[in-house]
Amino acid sequence: MAYSFHFSQVWPFLPYLLGGAWVTVELAACAFGGGALFGLLVAIGIESAPGWLRGPLAFYRSFFTNTPQLVKILLIFFGLGELGWFVPPFWAAVFGLLLAESAYLAEIFRAGFASVNRAELDAAETIGLTRMQTLRHVTLPHLLQTVFPPLANQFIVSILYTSLGAIIGVEELTGRAFNVDSQTFRSLEIFIIVGVLYVALTLVSTAVLYGFGRFVLGVRARIF
Amino acid sequence: MLHSLLSELPRFFGPYNLLFLAQAIGVTIALTIVGCGIGYNFGFALALLRVQRIIDIPPLRWSAIGFVELVRRLPFLVLLFLVMFGFQAGGYTLTGMAVACITIILRAAAIASETVRAGLESVHPNQWDAAATMNLSRLDQLRHVVLPQAWRVILPPAMIQFIQLLKATSIASQISVIELTYAGKIMNQKGFSATLSYGTVLILYYVLCLAVERVVRRMEKRLVLPQHH
Amino acid sequence: MSFLSITEIDASYGAVPVLRGVSLQVARGQVVGLIGPSGSGKSSVLRAITGLLRLTAGEVALDGSAVDYANPASLRALRDRVAIVFQQYNLFQNMTALANVTLAPILAKRRDHREVEAEAMALLEKVGLADHMRHYPRELSGGQQQRVAMARALALKPELLLLDEVTSALDPELVNEVLDTIGLLAADGMTMLIVSHEMAFIREVADQVVFMDEGRVVETGPPQHVLDHPCSERAQRFAAKILRRQWRPKTP
Repeated sequence: MAYSFHFSQVWPFLPYLLGGAWVTVELAACAFGGGALFGLLVAIGIESAPGWLRGPLAFYRSFFTNTPQLVKILLIFFGLGELGWFVPPFWAAVFGLLLAESAYLAEIFRAGFASVNRAELDAAETIGLTRMQTLRHVTLPHLLQTVFPPLANQFIVSILYTSLGAIIGVEELTGRAFNVDSQTFRSLEIFIIVGVLYVALTLVSTAVLYGFGRFVLGVRARIF
Repeated sequence: MLHSLLSELPRFFGPYNLLFLAQAIGVTIALTIVGCGIGYNFGFALALLRVQRIIDIPPLRWSAIGFVELVRRLPFLVLLFLVMFGFQAGGYTLTGMAVACITIILRAAAIASETVRAGLESVHPNQWDAAATMNLSRLDQLRHVVLPQAWRVILPPAMIQFIQLLKATSIASQISVIELTYAGKIMNQKGFSATLSYGTVLILYYVLCLAVERVVRRMEKRLVLPQHH
Repeated sequence: MSFLSITEIDASYGAVPVLRGVSLQVARGQVVGLIGPSGSGKSSVLRAITGLLRLTAGEVALDGSAVDYANPASLRALRDRVAIVFQQYNLFQNMTALANVTLAPILAKRRDHREVEAEAMALLEKVGLADHMRHYPRELSGGQQQRVAMARALALKPELLLLDEVTSALDPELVNEVLDTIGLLAADGMTMLIVSHEMAFIREVADQVVFMDEGRVVETGPPQHVLDHPCSERAQRFAAKILRRQWRPKTP
């Protein structure tokens, strides 16, 4: 192999790349947060909305889970640009990712609702709990247990999806890798470092989420 | 805006463009099928390395775990570039198609290994034990007892993952593979609006994925039928 | 001389010891019942004999020669002569009853297809399931499945049959059909080591009873002794609880 590694040329850019990692987390948090909100509404909608609304909602879920993230982002960024709305790349990426996130999260929430046991609710009623009390002490804890692991898993998946933002110029980790590449041309070294950073990012996130789940919520489960 | 969009339609769906889009769809499908076809086999082998009942060689097991965890924790885009620059550094110049194919194979292998492993572990230990105490070789245990039962657990997620990999091929557009997303970019460059170009591409992907889903559902029905020894 | 001789075996599941210095003998043609409270290690003894549980001490000898569980050839030879039936999930779900019975003789013993099939059909008839040969396990009741499991064990022509609480997972009305089948085998002279909670059955069928508690053998002897007049205090408490088993209100 004739290639000689020159990591020395890339090390100086490490702080810059780490800054990109932070943008990655911001992007993921926004997309995930928005997706969770939307997804919750869609899930509640599918469960309890009038019949005529359920069809469109189901279609919404189907459409956004069966289409590539990249194309959504490109459509939003360039499509809106054509209409005269110049959306900043960051927000175009957020919105593009959010649409799919909401669809996946809606499915997770729906499964959570379905898992709440009829028998548990009946038992709560017969021992005299009010609806509010039942919600707080029976339904919510159970829901959290069911919903937290896949939710945490999905967050880590969304961290990986943020790399698509680089394609429309977002300066998250992958975007910054492109920038460093155009300056130093040490492509392999750069992407090795970036790869390591992504692995580290997901490992740290997994640990944090696991810890949060276990010690704050009392949920023991494998995440990612 | 709607007016200009409508006026574009006849030119957009002209015969030459339709052929172009069809070819791009072909590339997308080919990439997915070849990538998954080869990748799933590797994934199966990786899963066997991880199930101690079948193969118990710690260095191989840890290598398999390392590989799977690494590939899972990388964005597809980064994996793509790592493969491309990796081969370049090794002195091989591969076509974009080859790089994309290899990347899908790697990804499919990693994901499939987890699915297969979960499937194998879903079979009750007594089934393994009964077969072992009857002096069936590990290969026979796998082939005749465990695997036939594990398929039911393996195939549904495997099919969902196929669709996910189909969507991932869109990222190959970044290394100039002329698949469906790249086709959208070309249409845009040719002068059509981005909304029309990417919008059409989006809908085409949706139709593709739905078609695959339908095929999957039909296959699932066939699999529920019992197998004869 | 004993056919099966277990001497001072120890075994653990991880850090938890399940067998502590267990010894027992089974002579040819004998039926030995293994009884005791849950967690006493009864099933572990059977699993250890067939090599499903690793021994940390002690020795198991079959027909005079010690078994080397680390040696594949020795293990194979053992499994050739000893068959085990579990409490549940015995039958291979993806094949018919007949296929279940013919699989191992064809694959492991490499015998002729037609010969094996003829024998399998005869065995299934013997356990009373001739009409259900082509049925899948999910189409059979628990009792029927366990009877197929025993036919399957017999197809291997074992010299020792181990039964691990084979009726414990069954609905009460299905238990007797399985016990009847075991009784048949005992009458035929099959050497058996039976772990069971069915005390009346054990008293009838067993030549020897071994009472275990907390991984140790507490008492050994003929059923009348161990079940009706046990010497050790632990066995006495167990027997007392068994006697009360046919529920009656406590006398005030």
